[in-house]
Amino acid sequence: MAISINKDDCIGCGLCLDSCPYPGAVEILEGIAVITDKCVECGACVDSCNAGAIEFEEGKRETGIDLEQYKGVWVFVEHRKDRIANVTLELLGEGKKLADQLGQQLSGVLIGDNVEDLVRECFAYGGDKVYHVDGAVYGHYSTGPYTAAFSQLIKKYKPNIVLFGATHDGRDFAARIAVRIYTGLTADCTELTIDPETGLLNQTRPAFGGNVMATILTPEHRPQMATVRPNVMKKPEPDYGRTGEIIKFDAEITRKDIFYQIKEVVEHTAKTVNLEEADIIVSGGRGIGGPEHYHLIEELAEILGGAAGASRAVVDAGWVPHYRQVGQTGKTVAPKLYIACGISGAIQHLAGMQTSDFIVAINKDPEAPIFKVANIGICADLHQALPYLKERFKELLG
Amino acid sequence: MEIIVCIKQVPDTTEVRIDPEKGTLIREGIPSIVNPFDEYAVEAALRIKEEMGGRVTVITMGPSQAVEALRKCVAMGADQAVLVSDKAFAGSDTWSTSYTLAGAIKALGKFDLVLCGKQAIDGDTAQVGPGIAEHLKISQVTYVQKVLNVHQDAIEVERGVEAGYELIETPLPAVLTIDKSANEPRLPSMMGTMKALKKEIPTLAAGDIGVKEGLFGMEGSPTRVKRTFTPQPRKGGRMLQGEMEEVLNELVKILREEKIV
Repeated sequence: MAISINKDDCIGCGLCLDSCPYPGAVEILEGIAVITDKCVECGACVDSCNAGAIEFEEGKRETGIDLEQYKGVWVFVEHRKDRIANVTLELLGEGKKLADQLGQQLSGVLIGDNVEDLVRECFAYGGDKVYHVDGAVYGHYSTGPYTAAFSQLIKKYKPNIVLFGATHDGRDFAARIAVRIYTGLTADCTELTIDPETGLLNQTRPAFGGNVMATILTPEHRPQMATVRPNVMKKPEPDYGRTGEIIKFDAEITRKDIFYQIKEVVEHTAKTVNLEEADIIVSGGRGIGGPEHYHLIEELAEILGGAAGASRAVVDAGWVPHYRQVGQTGKTVAPKLYIACGISGAIQHLAGMQTSDFIVAINKDPEAPIFKVANIGICADLHQALPYLKERFKELLG
Repeated sequence: MEIIVCIKQVPDTTEVRIDPEKGTLIREGIPSIVNPFDEYAVEAALRIKEEMGGRVTVITMGPSQAVEALRKCVAMGADQAVLVSDKAFAGSDTWSTSYTLAGAIKALGKFDLVLCGKQAIDGDTAQVGPGIAEHLKISQVTYVQKVLNVHQDAIEVERGVEAGYELIETPLPAVLTIDKSANEPRLPSMMGTMKALKKEIPTLAAGDIGVKEGLFGMEGSPTRVKRTFTPQPRKGGRMLQGEMEEVLNELVKILREEKIV
C-alpha cells in the first residue's frame, strides 16, 4: 500500500473520509481511519489530514531517462478536408503559452498526404516549427501508420510535452503512442499549467462524471502527453506574417504498421451533428414529445450555426441516433452556449454539459433539476418557445 | 472463435448526489455496477459467438469484490470469467493496467478478438483498450458503433468519428472498443443467474501472468495523481418570469449583450 495511516497520530476525525473521491476507500473503524482495497491511491486524503497521520509513500522509481534532453511543446495537427480542426488551433494557442513559460519552442506535427498548405496555418497560430510527415499512406487517419510516424518523431526529436485534441482520432492513437514510448498520457484535460518550481506539466481533468477533478503529473517519463478537450482552450488570433522552420521527416512504415483497411468513409448529411466542435448546441429531451418534433431543435441549431443534441431518454426511445447524445454514455461537450429544451437534467446528462460557458434551460416543469445549473431558466412550452426564438434569431442573424 | 472481453467494475456515478449544505459528494450507498460501455462489449461478444461458435471469456483487473461484475457477465451468457487481482497491481494507471491485462490475455492462451467498452464512466480515459492492443502488438478499432461481418480471420466494423463513420476491415486478432449504438445488451436470464452464482472464477496474480517487476502497479505507472478536488458545483442563475414572448425577448437581449450570439 502506498497510502499508510499512522495509528498513533490518527484521531478518527473523518476529514479524510470527506476528501476521498472513491466510495468505501477509507473507513473509520474503532476511531481510526483504515484504507480499504477500494483505495486507488490518489492521495486526496493526505492533504486533508490535520493530524498529519496519513503518509503517501512514493515508490522507488529510476527510469534512467535524462529529462534535460527533452525540449519543446508539440501539438498534433489534426485536419479534415484541408482544414485544421478547431481543437488544434486552440492547442497551438495553449501550447504557445506553455512553451513561452518554459522558454522552449512550439511545434506542430503535421501528418498527411499533400497538406503543405496547412504549414502556413501552423505558423500563423503560433508554431515556431512544423514537423511534416508526408505520404500517400497518411491520406486518411489510420491508427497504425500515424502511431508509427509519430512515435518515430518523438524518439528522434525528444519533445518535452505533446498535446493532442481529445477527438476520436486523437484518443485512438495517443494511447498507443504512450504505450510504445513508455510514457504517461492524461486523457481529456481541461486545464494545463506549468508548475513554477518543478517545471512539470500540471494536467487537470474531470473524472467520475465530472464530480471530481484530478491534477495528474508525469514526473519521470518523457514526453509528458495529454489529450485536451475541444472548446476549452481559447483559439488565438492568427498572424499570417509569422513564419518558421519546416522539418521534413520520412517515417519508416512497414506492412506490419498497416493494421486495417478503410473501405469507405461515410459523412453525416445533416449539418448540425458535430457536437464536439460546436460553439452553440441546442439539445432536446423527452419534453419534445416525439421524434416528429425534433426538427424544432435542429432548426434553431441551424439558425444559430450550431449543432443539435439530445438527452439519453430521447436516444434510448429511438427518436434520434446515438451520435447526437450528450451525457455520460454519449458525448461530453463544452460549448459557449448550451440550450437545453425539455431536458429534466438527470446527473448523467449534466456530466456531459455542465462545463458549458452559458446554459439556457427551457422546460415546462418549474421543478426540473436542469434549472439548478442553468444561467437562465425559462418555464415554458418548448413547442411554442422554439418557433418564436427561431423567428427572432432569423431576424437578427439573417 | 476465442473472444476475450475486458470489463471494469465502476461506482454508479449517476447515483452520486451532492450534499446541498457542504457541497461535497455523498458517497455512501453508491452501488457498484458493470461499466455500462462494457455491457455493449459483452453483448457484441455473445452475438459474435452465436454466429461463429467459440467461447467468451470475461476478465477484469480489480479488487476481489470485482468478481461480482464478472458474475453478471456470466449471467448474461459469458462462458467463463477470470479475475486479475494482486495487491501489487494497486495504483496502476492506464499504462500499467493495459500492460497487466495484456499479460493476462496472453496467459489465457490463443485468442481471436479482444473487446472492451469505449471507455469507463469513472475514469473516462478510453486509453486501456488501445493500450492493450499496443502491448499485444495487434490491430485495434476504437469507437465501434456497429459490428458488420465476422470471418474466421477478419472482421468488418463501423468506427464512429465526429463527422460520420468509417467502414473498416481489420484482420484478427484485434482489439475493438465498443460504443453504445452497437447493440442492446441482453438482461441476464434466470438460468444464467443461477449458473453465474455457481461459476468458479479463478484469480490470476502477478506471478501467474508473466508480467515483469517494475512495469505494473504504481511502480510501472508513468503518471501520478498530484491532487484531487471537488469542482465548485455550478450555481443556478435566474428564472425569467413573465409572458412567454416577453421572456424570450429578454433572453435574446441577454445573449446579444453578453456577445454569446
